[in-house]
Amino acid sequence: MQTREESKHQRKIKRGGFWRWVIASVFFRLILIYFPHNLFLSFRPEVSTPVTSLRRLAEGYWLKQASMSPYAGSMYHGSPLLPSVLGSLTVKRIEGHPDHVFCSLLFVIADIVSNRRYSNQLAIGITYILASGDFAALVYFWNPFTIVACVGLSTSPMENLFIILTIYGACTRVVPLAALGWAMASHLSLYPAILIIPVILLLGYGLDAPPRKLFLQKGFYKIGDNSSSNIHCEQEKMINQSKPRIIFSWRPVMLFFFWTTLWSLYLLVLCGMSVKQYSSLWEMFQRTYGFILIVEDMSPDIAVLWYFFAEVFDFFRNFFLIVFHMNILFMILPLAIRPSHWPCFFAFVYIAISSMLKSYPSVGDSALYLGLLVLFLDELADMQFSFFIFCGYVGVSLLSPVMHNLWIWRGTGNANFYFATAIAYACLQIILVVESVSAMLNHDRKLRKLSVANLLDGKS
Amino acid sequence: MSIRPIDAMAIPLKSAHFLIFLLLVSNIFTPIISLGSTIDQEREEFYEELLLRPLPDRKVLAHFHFQSTAPSSNSNGRHHHLFPKAISQLVQKFQIKEMELSFTQGRWNYELWGGFDPISSSNAKPPGVELWAVFDVPQDQVDATWKNLTHTLSGLFCASINFLESSTMYSAPQWSFRPATGNIRYGMLPREAVCTENLTPWLKLLPCRDKDGLSALMDRPSIYKSFYHSQRLHLTSNKSGPEGMNPGIILEQTLTVVLQPNSQRTSVTYSGEKNVQPSWSLSSIFGRKVSGRCVLAKSSNVYLQLERGLVAELKKNKNNGVGNIASEGFWSGTGFELSVRPDKVFEEENSSHRRGSSVLFEFSIDKYSDSQPFDLGLKWKFPVTWSSEPAPLHASRFLMGSGNERGAIAILLKSADLNDASLGTCSSSNGYKFRVDVFQVVPWYVKVYYHTLQLFVNGQPKAVGDVIETIHVSPSKDKISPGVMEMVLQFPCDVKSAALTLEFDKGFLHIDEYPPDANQGFDIPSAAISFPNFYTSLLFPGNCSVDKSPMLSKFQEKNPVLSYTEVLLVPLTTPDFSMPYNVITITCTVFALYFGSLLNVLRRRVDEEERLLKSKAGKTTPLSGLLSKLSAKLRGRPQETPQSPSNSSSLISSKLLLKVFLVAVLAVAWQYYFG
Repeated sequence: MQTREESKHQRKIKRGGFWRWVIASVFFRLILIYFPHNLFLSFRPEVSTPVTSLRRLAEGYWLKQASMSPYAGSMYHGSPLLPSVLGSLTVKRIEGHPDHVFCSLLFVIADIVSNRRYSNQLAIGITYILASGDFAALVYFWNPFTIVACVGLSTSPMENLFIILTIYGACTRVVPLAALGWAMASHLSLYPAILIIPVILLLGYGLDAPPRKLFLQKGFYKIGDNSSSNIHCEQEKMINQSKPRIIFSWRPVMLFFFWTTLWSLYLLVLCGMSVKQYSSLWEMFQRTYGFILIVEDMSPDIAVLWYFFAEVFDFFRNFFLIVFHMNILFMILPLAIRPSHWPCFFAFVYIAISSMLKSYPSVGDSALYLGLLVLFLDELADMQFSFFIFCGYVGVSLLSPVMHNLWIWRGTGNANFYFATAIAYACLQIILVVESVSAMLNHDRKLRKLSVANLLDGKS
Repeated sequence: MSIRPIDAMAIPLKSAHFLIFLLLVSNIFTPIISLGSTIDQEREEFYEELLLRPLPDRKVLAHFHFQSTAPSSNSNGRHHHLFPKAISQLVQKFQIKEMELSFTQGRWNYELWGGFDPISSSNAKPPGVELWAVFDVPQDQVDATWKNLTHTLSGLFCASINFLESSTMYSAPQWSFRPATGNIRYGMLPREAVCTENLTPWLKLLPCRDKDGLSALMDRPSIYKSFYHSQRLHLTSNKSGPEGMNPGIILEQTLTVVLQPNSQRTSVTYSGEKNVQPSWSLSSIFGRKVSGRCVLAKSSNVYLQLERGLVAELKKNKNNGVGNIASEGFWSGTGFELSVRPDKVFEEENSSHRRGSSVLFEFSIDKYSDSQPFDLGLKWKFPVTWSSEPAPLHASRFLMGSGNERGAIAILLKSADLNDASLGTCSSSNGYKFRVDVFQVVPWYVKVYYHTLQLFVNGQPKAVGDVIETIHVSPSKDKISPGVMEMVLQFPCDVKSAALTLEFDKGFLHIDEYPPDANQGFDIPSAAISFPNFYTSLLFPGNCSVDKSPMLSKFQEKNPVLSYTEVLLVPLTTPDFSMPYNVITITCTVFALYFGSLLNVLRRRVDEEERLLKSKAGKTTPLSGLLSKLSAKLRGRPQETPQSPSNSSSLISSKLLLKVFLVAVLAVAWQYYFG
C-alpha cells in the first residue's frame, strides 16, 4: 500500500517535471517566433520544402483570392484545404508586419497535441518503463529539428501531427481516429499512405508481444511435460506452436477500412468543393501527388534526389524515378514478415525510410522518426554505432548550412560540397535504420532465448 | 494554311497587271504625274524618309522610315512589283493581322534622348529581339501559327527567333500591351546579338536595297558603332478594310540610330565648354552622301527636326522676339546654319505643351543626283544646351537582394519635373488620377511570389488595393510557361516617386537547360510601362504634304506614351557541370547500400546460423572445419564432407539461370511493349 502511494507520488513528481519541461519548450518556441523574420528559418531549404513551404501556401492563397486556381503556376503543391484553413493567417498587413505569428502558434499547438499523443502512447503499455513515453514526447518536443520546423513556418508539423494521430489511434484501437489520421496524412504528403500496413497489423494483432510471450509460456508448459534435452528443438516447436495462436482480429481492420473510406470520401468531397470553381480533382492530384512523384523541383534540400535529377541524363530520368520510388515499396514485404509482431516498430522504420527517400524531405520528417526512436529506447539499448550516429547528426546539421551558405550565398563553394553533406546525411539515416532493425531483431532473439532459459531454469 | 486557288482570278489579274505595269512605267518616267484616286489605291507604293534630330548629349538621331504598301491580294493575286513577296506570303500563310519585329542593340536613354515623342515610344525598343503578332485565326490555332511564324522569321532574318517557339518564351498579354486584341502573342529574346547579318535581309525587303536612295546611307560600320540602333519591321494587314483603312498590307520598316558625330570643330572653338554641340553633316556621320532618290519610291524626303526644348532655347537666344519661327529666315538664323536650304518648314501645332513647339525642315531629294549629291550639314554658331522632354514618369527596374537563392524585382517610377508640360491632363482637383500600365514577363526560373507585391508611393507603403486598379497575373509554370503580370496603377497626381517590389526565388535548372555561359546569368526581359493618359503626337498644320508623308502621319497618330525598362541580369546557381557521372554513381551506391544492408539484416537468421554452427561443432570445431575447407579449396581437391557442394552449387546455378532468364524475358517484354 505504502509503496504504491509512493510510486504514485513519484509519478506525480515525474509528471510535474514533464509538464514543466513542456511549458518551457513552448515558451522557448514563442520567444523564437518573436524574433524578427523568424530568424529567416522559413527560407531555409532544410526547413521548408516546395511541398511544405508556407510562403508557397501564401501564394496559393493569394491566387485563390484573386479567383484563380491555387495550383495556377507551379508555386503551390499542398492540399487545397490548407489555404482555406491557414491562408487567412498568412496575409500580410500593410505595415509589412506578417501575421505569421498566428500560424506559428497553430504549429505550436500542433506540436503540443503531437506531444500529448506521444506521452499517451506510454499509457497503452508499449514500453516497459513508465517514463519512456514522456521521455519520447520530451525528446520530440525539445528536438532542435522539431523546434526549427515549428518556428520555420512549414506545414510539416501538421503532417507529423496526423501521422502521430494515426499511430496513436491504432495503438489505442480508436479506429476512427486512426482512419482520420491516415487519410489526412496521406492526403497531405502521400508517403504516410504506406503506414496503412503497420496500422492494419496494429489493429489486427494488437500491440506488441506480451500476449505472445504468454502464449509462448503456455505452450512451453505443455511441451515441458515430455522432457527433452534439446533446447533448440523445443524452442522451434514452441515458436511453431505459438504462431497460429496469434489471432488476427478482422473486425477492427474492417472497421478501419470502413472509416478510411468514409474519411477519404469526406476529404475528397471537401477538396472537390474547394477546387471546383477553378480546376478539377484530377489537377489537384497532378499538382500534389504528381509533383511529389515526378521530382520536378530541383532546388537543393537535404536529400540527394534534387542533385541527382539535376545531373542525370533526361532519357534515364523515368527509369531512376521508378527505381527510387520502388526502393521505398520494396521493403514493405520483408519488414512486414520479419518484425511483424512489432507493428509500431515497423511504422517507425517506414517513417524513417520514407523521410530518407522522399522527394522533398525536411528536418521535420527527421524529427518525427527521431522522436519515435526514443519510444523503443529499451529495445534499442544495445544498438551499435549510436554514438557515431549522434555525432553524425550533429555534424551534418552544422556542416550542411555552412556548405549551403558557401555555395549559394558566397559563391565560393561548389554544389558538390553541399551534396556531400546530403550524401552523408542519407548514409547516417541508412545506418540508423539498418542498425535499429538489427538491434530490434537481436533484442527479439534475446528475449526469446531468455524466456526459454527462464522457463527451463524454472522447470529444472 | 490554304493556298488560294488562282485560277478564278486569272483573267482580272492580267488586266490588272497591265495596268500596274503602265502605271509603274509612267511613275518612273514622269514622277510628278498625279493619278486618279481610284487607281491610286490599287497601286503598290513605296516611301522612303529620313528624320535627323540633334540630341541634347551631342549625339544625332537618325530615323529611317520606309513604307511599302500593297493592295489587298485579291486585285493582283500573288504577284507584286514593289512589295516584298516574302512578306506578303507570310501574311497570307499565317493570317497575320499585325506584327512587329525589332532587333535592337543598346538601350534607349529615356532621360537624355526623350521619352515623350513618337520615336521614343514606338521606336525605342528593348535590347535584343522583340516580336509580337496578332493573328486572324481561331483561338486554338494561335499557338501553332505563332510557332510556325517564329521559324519562318528566323529563316528570313538570319536570327534565332525560333527560340521564341518554346512556350516558356512567349506569352499572351490580355490587355496591357496592346489594348483590345485577343489573338496576340508576345515574345522577347533579350540576349540576341544583332549584327549586319540581320540588317542585310531587312534591306533586301526594300525595292532599292541599299544601292540607291536613302538606304544607301546605311554604312555598316557607322551604324554598328552607334550607341543605339534598332531595326524594326511593322506589318499591318487589312483584309477588307472595315475600319475605313485601305485594304491591303502595309509594311513599315524603320531603322533608328543614335550616332556620335565626329567632333568636327567649328571655326570658333569653345575650348572651355564640354557641352558644345558638334557640327555634323550626313557625310560625317554616315561617311556617305545621298546621291539621289530611289526611283521606285513615291516620295523621298529628309527631315530635320528640332525639338521643343531646343526651339525654345534658340528663341531665347535670338531674343529678337521674331514671332514666326517657321519663317524662311529661321533656318539660317542665329543659332545654327544649314548647308542646304530646306524646301519646307513646318512648325508644330502647339496644343498642350507650353514648352514650345518643335520645328521640322523638309528636304526633298528629288533634285539631287550622283553629280550633285545631297549632304545636309548642320553647323552650330554658339553652344546651346537643352533637354529633351522626358516621359511622365521615368521607369527603371532593378534587382534587390544578394545571393543565389532569392531576390526581389523592384520597378521604380520617378517623376520627371512635370511642372509645366504634361500635368494639364492630370489635375487633382477633379479627382482625376494618373494611370500607369505595367506589363512584365518573367521567365519561369524566376519564381515570383505575387503575394509579396508591395507598393510605395512617395516613399510611403500603400495598400495594394489603393493603388492597383486592375491586376492580371498568370503565374509561371515550371518549364511550361513564363509568368505574366499586367497591372493598371492609379496614382494621385502629385506623385513624386512610386516603387513596386516583388520577391522571387531563383529556380534550379537541369544541367542541359543552362546555356554554355551559365555563369553569366539569365536575362529577364524588359517590362513595358505605358501611360495611357498621355499621348505622343506631333500635330502639324493641315497640309497636304504632311498627310502624304507616312512618317509624319505616323507621328500624328495619338499613341499612349510607352517606355521599356532595363533588362535584368539574374545570376543563377549552377551545379557542377563536369561530373554528372560521379553524382549518378555515388547516389546509386548510397541507394544500393541502403537496399543491400537492410535486406541483409532482415534476411539473416542468427539463431539458425548459430544452431547450424553448433550442430557442426558437434563433429568438428568451427575453426578447424573452416581451415580444412580453406585448405581443400587451396589444393583444388573436393572436400570430403558428407554433403556434396557440387549438388548445391548446381542447384544455385540453376536458380541463378532461372533468375537471369526471367529478367531477360521481362526486359524483352518491356522493350517490346514500351520501347
